[in-house]
This record gives sequence, structure tokens and C-alpha cells, in this order.
Amino acid sequence: MKIHLNGEEKEIADGLSIAQLLEELQIRSGRVVVELNRDIVSREAHGSTLLKGGDALEVVHFVGGG
Amino acid sequence: MEDLLKLGDKSYRSRLIVGTGKYKDFAETRKAIEVSGAEIVTVAVRRVNITDPNKENLLDYLDPKRYTILPNTAGCYTADDAVRTCRLAREAGVGKMIKLEVIGDDKTLFPDIPATLEAAKILVKEGFVVLPYINDDPITAKKLQEIGCAAVMPLAAPIGSGLGIRNPYNIRIILEQATVPVIVDAGVGTASDAAIAMEMGCDGVLMNTAIAGARDPILMAEAMRLGVDAGRKAFLAGRIVKKLYATASSPIDGILG
Repeated sequence: MKIHLNGEEKEIADGLSIAQLLEELQIRSGRVVVELNRDIVSREAHGSTLLKGGDALEVVHFVGGG
Repeated sequence: MEDLLKLGDKSYRSRLIVGTGKYKDFAETRKAIEVSGAEIVTVAVRRVNITDPNKENLLDYLDPKRYTILPNTAGCYTADDAVRTCRLAREAGVGKMIKLEVIGDDKTLFPDIPATLEAAKILVKEGFVVLPYINDDPITAKKLQEIGCAAVMPLAAPIGSGLGIRNPYNIRIILEQATVPVIVDAGVGTASDAAIAMEMGCDGVLMNTAIAGARDPILMAEAMRLGVDAGRKAFLAGRIVKKLYATASSPIDGILG
């Protein structure tokens, strides 16, 4: 299925949870914040939140800034 | 009594707040911040690069237990985007203090004040400790402190310009009427600029480019620490009145005749 990940279309396996997707992408969940269809998903809910086709997912973190 | 900067429910010994952008690498960022003596550091919120997720993270170099992490809303052009960014930042678990900046124009990076006021109202209501970046405009400063912002942060000059305080008279008016700390944010170029802001009675100075863009950022970080300290102490000490004519420092009596 296709989702929108950080503004780009991405093909992922059906039924993946947010936690599984982050693991697949080798992103440390402890350092990122996830927003699904404009709602923040708390870290504790990453494992239980399953992705659906067409979902818009944003994965953000802190970078250098002034 | 110790001279502390109070923001929200926390107090700080350092009155220098530093950014973490534009450094050559994270090691230099860490070193410069250490030398600056800053206890609060600003960061930006950005998308993770999915195709090449950088294994190193800024927070691997800046311990949130040691530093207060102050997320900014840089790059936001609407109140909505700024509020969204703040909510994401809070979820990262580094506290509820945020630097609110809603940019009005990418050439000047001057703030969009109506949007800043709109975002500030929402954020204060949601329990954020809001530090807004604003023009050197006393009316805006007043409105934001009335909304419940924890400080006001007028610019000295455009972000990254290094011009120093362009309108000291407006900053003076802002200081006169302030009921919250006044932090000069943006436009500082060198240590004397920071010292001048502090001598005027500002409660703190926030800078990034002035340090990160210096030929030797680590040495400039030290200069800025000293500049802020010198300015603060001079303010507390109370400077002499400026006079047109000389006043002798040595006694008039007993001059050889």
C-alpha cells in the first residue's frame, strides 16, 4: 500500500504499525515525534497504531537552529 | 543575592541563550555551547531525512538534562504552522518552553505580528511557556506580555545580519514598560553588541549566527559570554552620567605650585 511519508509517496507492506515502519527505516523512535493525518501519535502508541493506505505520516526531530 | 534570569518556573544563571544552527558539525556545536556558558539552547523542528536517516542526532550531543532545549518555530509563516510545530516539539519531551517566531517575509525574516499574536494566544492557553520573537515595537511587546508570554524577544536587527541594536530608543521603551523579561533576539554581530543590550537593562540575549558564523566560533562563544556578563554587571553597577566637560580624577589640592 502507499502512504505519504514526510511529503513523499512511499510503498510499504500492508498492516505495518508505526513502530515497525520506524524500525524498518532504521529511525530511533526515542528521538522522533510522529504525526499521523495531522494528529500526534504518542511514543507509547507507535506499536498499536496500524497504518492504512493513503495515510499521511510526518516524522520529525530536532536539528540545529537559532 | 544571586542574579538569575527567570523564565516560566525556571531560573538561570546565564543570560546568554544560543542557537545550534550553522556549525560545522555537532562536536563544534557542543564545544561552542559549553564555552558560551549558555543554559538554554534553541533547536529547530524538521522532517527526518527518510532516505538517509542521519544516525547522529543533535540531542546525542546536547544532553537535555544539562541544557534547557528551546524549540523554535523557524520557517513557519502562519499561526497554524507555528502552533503545530510547538505541539510536535512538546511531544519530544523537552519541556513546554518554546521560541515562537512566525516569519512574514523570507528576505527580511521580520515577524508577522498579527500571526504571532494569534499563535501566542493559542499556545499560552495550551500551557506553553511562550517566548516570542518580535520587532523592536513597544506596542507588540505590551500586547504579548498581556496575552501571558513569559518574555518578549525584540530583534536587535534582522536575523543573521550582525548589525547590532538598530533602535536602542525603542528597546528602552520596551524595557520601561516590561513586566516580563526582555531578551534581545537576533541581529547581534559581536560581543560589544551583546554588552550594549545588557547595559541597557535587557534581561538576556539570544544569538546564533554571531557565534556560529565567526571565524573561530569557540573563541567568539567565550567573547559573547564575557560580553553578556560585562554588560549585565555594568547595568547593575549603574554607569556614570555622561557629561560634556572634564571632571578631574586626581585631587585639585596639593598640586605643586
